[in-house]
Amino acid sequence: MSTTTLAPAVSNPPARVADVWYPLRRSAEAVLVPLAALAGAVGLFSVFLLALGQSPLDFLDLVWRGAFGSWFSVQNTVQRASPLLLTALCVAIPGQLGLVIIGGEAAIVLGGLAATVAALPLIHTAPVIVWAAMAIAGSAMGAFWIGLSGWLRAKLNVNEVIASLVLSYIGLALFNHFVEGVLRDPASLNKPSTYGIGDQNMLDTVPWLDVHPGMPAGIAACIVCWVLIYRTGFGFASRVTGGNIRAAQLQGLPVTKLILTACAIGGGCAGLAGAIEVAAEYGRANASLNAGYGYTGILIAFLARFNPLAVMPMAILLGGLGAAGGLLQRRMGLPDATIQVLQGLIFVSILASDTLYGRFRWFQPRGTA
Amino acid sequence: MTTAIGVEAVGIGKHFGSFHALSDVSLKVRPGSVHGLLGENGAGKSTLVKCLLGYYRTDEGQFIVDGREASIERPADADALGLGMVYQHFTLVPSMTVAENLVMSRQNVPNIVNWRSEIAGLKRFMETMPFKVPLEVQVGSLAAGERQKTEIVKQLYLQRRFLVLDEPTSVLTPPEATEMLGLVRDLAHSGALTIVIITHKLKEVAAFVDEVTVLRRGRMAGSGSVRDLGPADLTAMMIGEPHAPKNPERQGIPSAEARLVVSGLRTAPDAGRKGLSIGSIEVHAREIVGIAGVSGNGQKDLVEVLGGQRPAESGSVTVDGAPYRASRTESLAHDVRVLPEEPLRNGCVPSMTVVDNLNLRGFDVGPGKSHRSWLDRAGMAARARNMIAAYGIRTPSPSAPIGVLSGGNVQRCVLARELDGDVRLLIVANPCFGLDVKAVAETRTRIMAARNAGTAVLLISEDLDEILELADRIVVMHEGQVVHEMPAKGADPQEIGRHMLGQH
Ligand SMILES: Nc1ncnc2c1ncn2[C@@H]1O[C@H](COP(=O)(O)OP(=O)(O)OP(=O)(O)O)[C@@H](O)[C@H]1O
Ligand SMILES: [Mg+2]
Repeated sequence: MSTTTLAPAVSNPPARVADVWYPLRRSAEAVLVPLAALAGAVGLFSVFLLALGQSPLDFLDLVWRGAFGSWFSVQNTVQRASPLLLTALCVAIPGQLGLVIIGGEAAIVLGGLAATVAALPLIHTAPVIVWAAMAIAGSAMGAFWIGLSGWLRAKLNVNEVIASLVLSYIGLALFNHFVEGVLRDPASLNKPSTYGIGDQNMLDTVPWLDVHPGMPAGIAACIVCWVLIYRTGFGFASRVTGGNIRAAQLQGLPVTKLILTACAIGGGCAGLAGAIEVAAEYGRANASLNAGYGYTGILIAFLARFNPLAVMPMAILLGGLGAAGGLLQRRMGLPDATIQVLQGLIFVSILASDTLYGRFRWFQPRGTA
Repeated sequence: MTTAIGVEAVGIGKHFGSFHALSDVSLKVRPGSVHGLLGENGAGKSTLVKCLLGYYRTDEGQFIVDGREASIERPADADALGLGMVYQHFTLVPSMTVAENLVMSRQNVPNIVNWRSEIAGLKRFMETMPFKVPLEVQVGSLAAGERQKTEIVKQLYLQRRFLVLDEPTSVLTPPEATEMLGLVRDLAHSGALTIVIITHKLKEVAAFVDEVTVLRRGRMAGSGSVRDLGPADLTAMMIGEPHAPKNPERQGIPSAEARLVVSGLRTAPDAGRKGLSIGSIEVHAREIVGIAGVSGNGQKDLVEVLGGQRPAESGSVTVDGAPYRASRTESLAHDVRVLPEEPLRNGCVPSMTVVDNLNLRGFDVGPGKSHRSWLDRAGMAARARNMIAAYGIRTPSPSAPIGVLSGGNVQRCVLARELDGDVRLLIVANPCFGLDVKAVAETRTRIMAARNAGTAVLLISEDLDEILELADRIVVMHEGQVVHEMPAKGADPQEIGRHMLGQH
């Protein structure tokens, strides 16, 4: 090989065409991949049902009817979805910083408890005052509780998964201790509860729509959080920190402060959910608050890939599954845990679907450079 | 002893979406030769070899390995054929030691590893190597240059018959580079191994390479034997002009004002290596202080301390006389910018877009350095467009994640971001890592222009030529300490080299 070949010099490099549709396709990828994962989970679940000798089609039909088939079932779905919107944010906001907070259950029950305690001395004033006090106390309590996990992480470098899990157990134990102890209404015999906040102070359903009052609050929180994350400096700094902490340090970003703030915001959302549940459903704090909303919120946040807007449809979906649970139990004779099997399958396939990102060429950036 | 194999690529095409990274590229590498793969940043060099190594699937064309058509679908196929590569980005597991990385990279790792005999074997193997790497140190704590050496050692350990080196000498000192390239050339010429080197350094091409293939914008720009081609021909094939731009001119003398003062700085020892112990370093306005040293002698720690990524145990850092802890407020107030080594790992968020990454400095800064709480997305996009144009960044789209850019283009992004606007103190580590000849000259011109305009520059570089060319004053570091200081004018490279090795 001693000959020298010289290709003709490129005289006019082609003009660069920016790929204007790329951001849109990237969003499409973010929607389609979880949907594919959902479909995969439903497929696996069908196999499970067939093994039990049940028809997957009947199952889907019942889920549809139980979740959205009638106005009553829609109300039921919304009622379950409302706290889920807020508990999912408790995972999604710290998730922006790369933290996995799984202690939302404690934030919701302690938030409900704090809200009740704040309401009790005020029950004879105006309902508005009671509600304001409950909202503030509930979110402050949730913010404090999840903030603790953040503080342990930021200051002492304790793994936040472990910290929030342990704090969750402690929180639930504290809750039981108070509800069954000093705060117990002696009249509550079978189900230990605190004193009630009074019927006149209960939140009514949303006028016109007649759905759970937590719905507008949850939707508002999702929108506010989306704006916070994608449109403010705080959100940008959080995403940088979550994406590469070394880059964040190099930019001098206040990582500790960001972690504490994000955890407090997330915990505040979950605490608010507890306050709303007390004011709208139970009128008092008791074990009903401990209904697993905090755990389902983790699933929703992952399904939504921590995007607060995507939390909304996912919360409706999971709320609907929960709402259909009773119907499934009655009609198909399936045990209550069946829904949890489905939830587990969804969770696993969502985690597995992470590997699908970037696999499909169609979603990738294009352009002649 | 292995025997070298030849590789031929015929009509290779590769596109990402509608972006053609390679079109109709052919390449012929003789067994036992050292073949240079050249081209400007983003030309498609890494993409071509990644196709050969099974890391990407080709869309058109085929590879012929050792005379037979080979279908290389995945990295394991390439591995089985004896093809290996040292990637531009590091691939070692940071939390494992060098020895663990080497042993675990073998195909036939036994289920239970007898570490004592493995380490003894590794030590014997290491004796035969031209440069030493510490076997029992965690890879994560090695500096870039040492990691690069480990990557090469790993490939030799795996007994490759065909080895691709993607910009292997970017972080080596010239003597190390010469030694390493000499070694691989001798291995190749002895018929043990065939080498493909991707490089931007024409001196290395002239001294160590037998034949070259040049790519430009994803197409063949030429090929031939190095004996017949002069530097001007190569440059012309690479960038379309026979000469790289001239070196920058130094204007004015350093001012008396010390802008950065580091004194009594100590850091904790880290993973078996000594921490920093720096008596004093001063950088004045309109001055470039070059820190020379063999990689792994504390330069990385120093940049990390100045960039806020590593806490100091004691000592002080002041900028403009005020204590400096690298917070965002302080770096904004004093206009301090830092360009770390390995920019993708240290200075970028790979999953975020090019626009976002170009705005990491300015996303929360409004007019007149006021604090901005809301993102100015239009402004960010406009600023990014300007930087992309000014620094010639090649990206499929401004909203592509920065992780998909070619190595040189990531470097350009970080350079653009850190050099943009007023800079009073600039800390740069290996600024020309991975840049093509033209971009190297441009970058050095920019650093010199900043200096001429009054910026204080601390230049940490493992490329002694770069330091000799740019610096006003040279500081040599060895084992975390400043061991020598001298004006750059008339400095003797031999003497600097001795200090770098700890012979004072
Ligand atoms: N996974 C990918 N998706 C989209 N585009 C890509 C991907 N990988 C590479 N590219 C694009 O292909 C082009 C060629 O990249 P490549 O890494 O091969 O360049 P290179 O010649 O190695 O450059 P450098 O000298 O800077 O390392 C670049 O413009 C890059 O943006
Ligand atoms: Mg490359």
